[in-house]
Amino acid sequence: MDGLDFSVIGRSLGYLLGEGLVFSVTLTVMAALGGVVLGTLLALMRLSGNRWVSSAAGAYVNLIRAIPLLLVIFWFFFLVPFLGAWLLGAKEPVKVGAFWSSVITFTMFEAAYFAEIVRAGIRSVPAGQTQAGLALGLTQRQVMSQIVLPQALRNMLPVLLSQVIVLFQDTSLVYVLSITDFLGAATKIGQRDGRLVEMYLFVAAVYFFICYLLSWQVRKLQLRTAIVR
Amino acid sequence: MNYPWNWSVFLQPSADGNGTYLDTLITGFGWTIGVAFSAWALALLLGVCVGIARTVPHAGLQRAAALWVDVFRNIPLLVQIFLWYFVVPELLPAAWGSAIKQIQPPWGSFLPATFGLALFTSARVAEQVRAGLESLPRGQLQAATALGLTLPQAYRHVLLPMALRIVVPPLTSEFLNTIKNSSVALTVGLIELTAAARAIQEYSFQVFEAFTAATIIYVVLNLMVVRLMRVLEHRLAVPGFSGQALGQRS
Repeated sequence: MDGLDFSVIGRSLGYLLGEGLVFSVTLTVMAALGGVVLGTLLALMRLSGNRWVSSAAGAYVNLIRAIPLLLVIFWFFFLVPFLGAWLLGAKEPVKVGAFWSSVITFTMFEAAYFAEIVRAGIRSVPAGQTQAGLALGLTQRQVMSQIVLPQALRNMLPVLLSQVIVLFQDTSLVYVLSITDFLGAATKIGQRDGRLVEMYLFVAAVYFFICYLLSWQVRKLQLRTAIVR
Repeated sequence: MNYPWNWSVFLQPSADGNGTYLDTLITGFGWTIGVAFSAWALALLLGVCVGIARTVPHAGLQRAAALWVDVFRNIPLLVQIFLWYFVVPELLPAAWGSAIKQIQPPWGSFLPATFGLALFTSARVAEQVRAGLESLPRGQLQAATALGLTLPQAYRHVLLPMALRIVVPPLTSEFLNTIKNSSVALTVGLIELTAAARAIQEYSFQVFEAFTAATIIYVVLNLMVVRLMRVLEHRLAVPGFSGQALGQRS
């Protein structure tokens, strides 16, 4: 074992954080926002009275949840250009950059997981609330958006945020598409300078630090929101 | 969509020269099973021990177990597997390190991937086991010790038989996660199911046939595990407790 030299981290810190970590965080935030919106939609579809709508949403959610994220990443990487061509009516598959390909992939993937969280959240609101809302003359739509969803969101917030932490860790898998996320950036520098060991130790430490801090905050939030009920 | 579908691709001889592409897929499935089941066995063993350690009245043990869970839960699985594959052999004494690097190809990726997946999963199993133990009424332990059982006896004969049954449903979903997560082994060069589909795509260009086949295999495996665990859950149920009583099934 020759000596470890951590000075390589100091030299490349700007690239590692400015390019790599910023990419990972951007991807996480965009996929989380997109995933929550799409997931809520899927959850509402699943709870819909129309059998076709609810079973279509159920089939999508169960299919995505049954296969590995890596396979989903590969699926969308090849499928999105074809879908783009179909949507735009183009003859040739549309070229989609690595960034948008991964944003679409993670949004579609996370939506299936968020959908289950939202569905559980909606179920956690007592049926009496819906009945009372309807009795007061609100429409179904008003009851859902003004009474049920705000409370459901509050109940499921800790679980939702925990899932975002998982998502942040999962974005490291874009490594297989040779994208310069945090891990990808570290790998590039590590291979160039022959310092993979130092780089991967640093990456592990940074991920640990961020995720530990976030999950600690989520735990605090959980205690705060729990008192209300 | 003008995509040239060709389902007979699976009967064509594969690019690596070992049988057809169907054989590539089957071999990949074998490695998926291999990684997932060995990692799960190890994760279950470690996770139950760590989960117990988190609940025993001993500050040092509790803190060590909490540290274990925090470390293995807050680092992405891919990074953990890279640590076992690239970093650990370099940090060990030189002779050990080079011995590890000389392990023959499939096993050289299989071992670090399985080990990384097992430790990652063990933290999640430990949290479930702890939740199961904490869900038991405090009176159970008190009654057990009042009857003269030692602490290990109380765990062995009273607490664990209940807690482990209660956590069968959440552990089922952890097991399903382990099967899915085993695909991360492809990043260190193991040709498991997802990598096999990718290899077929790379050599034959039949992207969607390869991915569809892999997807179907994962879904079927998933359904089989769910069915099997449900049978197990039924067999293990204590009349009046667990599953039904806790409202898991309505």
